[in-house]
Amino acid sequence: MATEFHNLQELRHSASLVTKVFIQRDYSEGTVCRFQTKFPSELDNRIERTLLEETVKTLNSYYAEAEKIGGQSYLEGCLACATAYIIFLCMETRYEKVLRKISGYIQEQNEKIYAPRGLLITDPIERGMRVLEISLFEDRGSGGSSPSSSMSSGSSAR
Amino acid sequence: MSAVMITRKVRKWEKLPGKNTFCCDGRVMMARQKGVFYLTLFLIIGTCSLFFAFECPYLAVHLSPAIPVFAALLFLFVMAMLLRTSFSDPGVLPRALPEEATFIEMEIEAANGNVPAGQRPPPRIRNVQINNQIVKLKYCYTCKIFRPPRASHCSICDNCVDRFDHHCPWVGNCVGKRNYRYFYLFTLSLSLLTIYIFTFDIVHVVMRSVDNGFLNTLKETPGTVLEVLVCFFTLWSVVGLTGFHTYLISLNQTTNEDIKGSWSGKNRVQNPYSHKNIIKNCCEVLCGPTYPSVLDRRGLMQDDSLVSATGAAQSSSSSNSTLQSTHAVLCLQKTTAPLIPNEHTPDDAKPSIAASAEKSPSPKEELPPASKLPPLASPETDAETSIAKDKTH
Repeated sequence: MATEFHNLQELRHSASLVTKVFIQRDYSEGTVCRFQTKFPSELDNRIERTLLEETVKTLNSYYAEAEKIGGQSYLEGCLACATAYIIFLCMETRYEKVLRKISGYIQEQNEKIYAPRGLLITDPIERGMRVLEISLFEDRGSGGSSPSSSMSSGSSAR
Repeated sequence: MSAVMITRKVRKWEKLPGKNTFCCDGRVMMARQKGVFYLTLFLIIGTCSLFFAFECPYLAVHLSPAIPVFAALLFLFVMAMLLRTSFSDPGVLPRALPEEATFIEMEIEAANGNVPAGQRPPPRIRNVQINNQIVKLKYCYTCKIFRPPRASHCSICDNCVDRFDHHCPWVGNCVGKRNYRYFYLFTLSLSLLTIYIFTFDIVHVVMRSVDNGFLNTLKETPGTVLEVLVCFFTLWSVVGLTGFHTYLISLNQTTNEDIKGSWSGKNRVQNPYSHKNIIKNCCEVLCGPTYPSVLDRRGLMQDDSLVSATGAAQSSSSSNSTLQSTHAVLCLQKTTAPLIPNEHTPDDAKPSIAASAEKSPSPKEELPPASKLPPLASPETDAETSIAKDKTH
């Protein structure tokens, strides 16, 4: 049963937090920031797989762009070293620029896709880039699934 | 007994667990013990001042004015690198919030299955495959996370640090992912500065002795003796350290991994992070992207304090995300990770109305519930937690 939320404001005021799902980091390619595209079972009846996979893949591509080691990062590194890194006091690094893009993207995704389904994605930077946290909300008025049943069904599915 | 709820806005650094000190309202982050750092500063500034006072006037006139100029530039670079290494966040990983910690615990429980009573549960390890090598991720009982690859927990600062290299007392901070290149440039430039000062000390003494005699020279410029002594002893250690770190960078290894022998030996895993190319490894470590701090020290958060007129003051900081509901239905552990009081938690942050006398027992009261771990946790298997627990008691 999909609960209807029309915007984030409504979500915050009328919904109660049921549980949180955490998408872990994918370390198969080293220490670059990547999140697993494995679909968590708790979200089975809340959102379509393809939508979440699309979001995670786009985020992964943003992080890969931020951490790319190539001409631009060398230039930035050498220029900064030559100025004893004082230039970082006035200039924004490429990573910070991409992080702002990511935060805008997550905000947009929340508004368009996740909030109408009673979900909310937290920017990974607020969790130390360790996990992608998805909060599940339930409309206070409706009965909905109880927290214990949703968690036990989640753990038994593992 | 009346209770008053006071909500204040505090900066997040005031509520950060771990044993760091913060200055300039969260802009500066260092370890607690700073004595050796002050010694480093004193040695560098002292020796360079002596050089500028005694040697430079003579050398500028008799050799070249470029000598003091270059020395000054080198000195400024050394100081900039030192301060950057000491004052920046080395790459501290924030501790797991209660919901995340609970989620991980449940995953571990599900993976372990049923452990017969009396038997120790298996160690908390997660295997990941990186570049076709199996790497084990260990669980940190203090931070309640599975440490990312190359991260390690620093017991001095009580934080998990990403790409942990070592804790350097000379610099007064951990050396990790975010400040390793500044640390390396500091040791490199300090080696150059030491060699430079040592060389020109000798040149100066020789040139002056030709005119005046050796003993007279020493009498005229007593600072030279001190400088030569300091430089001589510094040379061996700093140049050696620079050489060692150059070797580590070319192999894309950390000091921590080298000491533990993670990638050495035939039947051990080969380093999965190395590009097998010295140039590429150096470029990645020194010219790679500059990672931002994930700590958000200067963000604002709500601090809810419940103050009662007769009881002890009890403060619990609410979560920092504005989108999170603080009345989370699923919150098995009320407190966050073990609250080791930050040195800089100012006393006036806790409301000092009638309950000021009862303030001191309150942090201790909060600790026992925090150190109660769920039944399957075996903190004593992890040395770090036993140290942490010793310190909290």
